[in-house]
Amino acid sequence: MQAETRSASPHRGVADIVGAAVLVMILCFLLLPIVIVVPMSLGGARFLTFPPRDLTLAWYREFLSDPEWQEATFYSIKIALLTTLSSVVIGTMAAVALVRGALVGKRALTALTLAPLIVPHIVLGIALYLSFTPLGLSGTVPGFVIAHTALAVPFVVLTVSAALYRVDRSLELAAVNLGATRFQAFRLVTFPLIFPAVAVGGVFAFLASFDEAVVSFFLSGVSTKTLPRKLFENIDFDISPLIPAVATLLMAVSLAMMGGATLFGRRSRPAGEPASP
Amino acid sequence: MSATGASIGTRASWLLVTPLIVVLVFAFFWPIANLLSRSFFNPDFSLDKYETLWSQQLYWRVFGRSIWISVACCVICLVVGYPVAYAMARLTGWRGLVVAACVLVPLWTSVLVRSYSWIFLLQRNGVVNSVLQDLGFIGRPLQMLYTEGAVLVAMTHVLLPFMILPIFSTLRGIPPELSLAARNLGAGRAMTFWKVTLPLSLPGVSTGVLFVFILALGFYITPAMVGGPKTLMIGTVIAQQVTELLDWRFAGALSTVLLVLTLLVAVVFQRALAVERLSGHAS
Repeated sequence: MQAETRSASPHRGVADIVGAAVLVMILCFLLLPIVIVVPMSLGGARFLTFPPRDLTLAWYREFLSDPEWQEATFYSIKIALLTTLSSVVIGTMAAVALVRGALVGKRALTALTLAPLIVPHIVLGIALYLSFTPLGLSGTVPGFVIAHTALAVPFVVLTVSAALYRVDRSLELAAVNLGATRFQAFRLVTFPLIFPAVAVGGVFAFLASFDEAVVSFFLSGVSTKTLPRKLFENIDFDISPLIPAVATLLMAVSLAMMGGATLFGRRSRPAGEPASP
Repeated sequence: MSATGASIGTRASWLLVTPLIVVLVFAFFWPIANLLSRSFFNPDFSLDKYETLWSQQLYWRVFGRSIWISVACCVICLVVGYPVAYAMARLTGWRGLVVAACVLVPLWTSVLVRSYSWIFLLQRNGVVNSVLQDLGFIGRPLQMLYTEGAVLVAMTHVLLPFMILPIFSTLRGIPPELSLAARNLGAGRAMTFWKVTLPLSLPGVSTGVLFVFILALGFYITPAMVGGPKTLMIGTVIAQQVTELLDWRFAGALSTVLLVLTLLVAVVFQRALAVERLSGHAS
């Protein structure tokens, strides 16, 4: 676009072509490094070669049949599901209070909620290890779930608050006027309207836990490893296409969930939302 | 509904936020306070770890390098990301979707996977070296991994979406009539961009710069994976204190400095943003 803006009218055609070429190059820079793990994972050789030869799915079979990888995968899924549950419940409750409630210091509270998003994970990781180990929480499911909830809950608060601001308040008022209690009005009117946002927040929370590597690196025990932690550790010595295969699977999970959430969020806008362009 | 506009009473509201506050205090504020406070006590109040930090050149170099890499990252992300955000805001139909997908797919992919790709792209027998050799540009493989360049490229790649998205959303919010009016009044495309679009997109630019700088400063995974001993950043040094030297107090001191730097940057940017808005209103 730099080129486009510089252009005087006679050179516009050339400038547009240059601009388009620059854009395509930047997009390739964004996408290619990620897409390339897919062919690399299919290589038949025992170590990574480019271009990959003798294409095979053997590395995926190896991943699926290796007990250590299996264990790490199930451990990660379990933690991510529990984290999703706790962040969705805690985050939705808090969002309702922050948007609809009578709280002093709402802005300060919101800022504090978002703090885990800007503090470097390395600092939080060692801080959690230092504080959770004496309590016997390091390397345990509750320890991981509590830690990951602190990291994931801001996403739920953000998405659900945004949806609550869009819900037309007069719908809740109408329900209350027609004799519903506040809780009934929430359960029967507001919640169905914000449900897509709650679901999207849940997806964010799941991935915040499932893809999280740094805090898990410090909280993990010898036998209790999450998938990203095991991947991080094996990258140093495993040079076979097994690692790209695991990376491809991780990526497939993230993309499927985020893509699904985006489509879902787009299709089912809350009905109370004012029409937007 | 009460006159205050709140539909939930004070007591119920506090009950609803209590679980959140409990989790954040227990799994965020308390552990961090615990880590930071440790650096000030030995066992009585002492600044010995900060004196070590102050007096050793190594740590000055590490902080200097982290700041330099973060600034460089911001500049590259801005230069590379602005055109993408601009295109994303302007293009419609399938072209717009393709650009959006190219920005979102990396963002949705785990940082671990993204950093890992750069290892086998840049390593000695990696993809980039193989391609360059096959094309005859280089005789023998270049050393790219574990250099500052590798850290910069990989970090730029990981952080680029955080620059593009805020700029995109401010550009999207600018009514197209404004540029049209400028064009009608005789401004060329360059003039319109320079006088109308760019100034109006500055809030997005500052948000993007703030995101990228803060994230880059405390980055751990990417520098640890593609960087080497000559490209040590703060995150890696903090981890070393804990995993190799077991010096929790020094790790706490380094973390304190890192957090203070992060907060300072955030406050300065907020101020800059506020001033900019004020001057925008005044003119």
